[in-house]
Amino acid sequence: MKKIEAIIKPFKLDEVKKALNDIGVTGMTITEVKGYGRQKGHKEIYRGAEYQVDFLPKIKIEIVVAQAMVEEVAEKILESARTGKIGDGKIFVIPVDGAIRVRTGESGREAL
Amino acid sequence: MIPIDKADTAFVLISAALVMLMTPGLAIFYAGMVRAKNTLGTIMQSFILIGFISLEWVYLGYTLSFGPDVGGFIGDLSWIGLRSVSTAPHPSYGPTVPHLVFAVFQCMFAVITPALITGAFAERMRFGPFLLFSMLWTVLVYNPVCHWVWASGGWLRELGVIDFAGGLVVHLACGSAALAAVTVIRPRKGYGSENFIPHNLPMTLIGTGLLWFGWFGFNGGSALAADGLAGSAFMATHLGGMAGLVTWVAVEWLHRGRPTTLGAASGAVAGLATITPGSGFVSPNAAVIIGCIAGAVCYACVASKQRIGYDDSLDVVGIHGVGGVIGTLLVGVFASKAVNAAGADGLLAGNTSLLLSQAIGVVAVGVFVYCTSWVLLKIIDRLYGLRVQEDTELQGLDLGEHSETAYGA
Repeated sequence: MKKIEAIIKPFKLDEVKKALNDIGVTGMTITEVKGYGRQKGHKEIYRGAEYQVDFLPKIKIEIVVAQAMVEEVAEKILESARTGKIGDGKIFVIPVDGAIRVRTGESGREAL
Repeated sequence: MIPIDKADTAFVLISAALVMLMTPGLAIFYAGMVRAKNTLGTIMQSFILIGFISLEWVYLGYTLSFGPDVGGFIGDLSWIGLRSVSTAPHPSYGPTVPHLVFAVFQCMFAVITPALITGAFAERMRFGPFLLFSMLWTVLVYNPVCHWVWASGGWLRELGVIDFAGGLVVHLACGSAALAAVTVIRPRKGYGSENFIPHNLPMTLIGTGLLWFGWFGFNGGSALAADGLAGSAFMATHLGGMAGLVTWVAVEWLHRGRPTTLGAASGAVAGLATITPGSGFVSPNAAVIIGCIAGAVCYACVASKQRIGYDDSLDVVGIHGVGGVIGTLLVGVFASKAVNAAGADGLLAGNTSLLLSQAIGVVAVGVFVYCTSWVLLKIIDRLYGLRVQEDTELQGLDLGEHSETAYGA
């Protein structure tokens, strides 16, 4: 069981969600986050003065899937979130020890 | 005695209501430019003055400003609590409107002037000391200056200084006090290293719209009659505002490569502030030129302020102070008796003396307001402390001073 954590450009969220739905990913959690990598920030201008804004808005998607699906999910995110321009984001794969569904108490892969 | 004119009275009453609306307009104009955590604190510093200064105006301010003259410097106390200010017109203050109507119209000017200063010390002033400062400033600074320039017997008015709607009394006065404030109150924590980016520019733009709308009452109403002069001042006001807007955006576009909405708002306010003293004395063409000069000069001042090191947070000095100075001086250039027979001729009409008296007005008001405000702020700072505690400043004025938040926790 792995957690896939993807940081993507906000306007790509719908495409990513659709692509993952198509391969049977049944749920995800998203967070509006801010950050920077190689893209750095941008300049804003207020009353003739320039301000460097470092942190840019991004979306963080968290999905927990069975080991067997990790590559396919990562592949779909790559395809759907890519613009080819700097700032497209990153994908992290993190081991998960377990999962429990709150409503039924099911655990392990049944809970995903 | 001239009888009351109903049209004039209705017009001045509506104008008073328009000027009243400028203070909440100013509150949201300023609030949009601060960080989200200081939204309510910023609004409150303007809004409270609608109540606070109106009270001062009725019981002390009006008689000090317009009461029977004492030596050209101040009014006496005979109109305290609006005693003998009745529905009968006063011959010098709107001879065709009830004296009470003039008094309430002027009340709105007294309210917005200290509210304008608040932009200079935004995001860091304690509320109690701010109220004390605003009250004392109105009594010791605004009321005398208002008397000097507008009251019959006022020494600057006797000297020939003309100020149609408040280039000296409102804009230079608030700008000069703002300059004193930023020399006394140190910059905001993080100034120069952190970004102080406006949190809600749509709010600032709506505020600009309300200010512009109210300005028609501010300048047009200063004719104190529903007549040709009011129409002329109305036109000049609009042209000054639009020329300031267009020029600021054009200069900014050339200088920084982007036309911005905050630039449009700032240019409009700069143009409106600068045309204010001349609105009832200059032709439409002169108003356009004055607005253009305002847009360019105020932009240059605001854009270069960071080199000076004072934190005039919302640019009261660069827009209202500078606008008040150049607007008052340009009256000495562009004023024409062909526009307003009760006014004066300026340089272009062949009269050099008006420019000289306007310059004396600028120096007198600028220096008096700066010095008195500086001393007042120093005393209040020593007694009570003007600055919020560091943790309050980090937390924001909304929670720290008012226990509220503008946008939920």
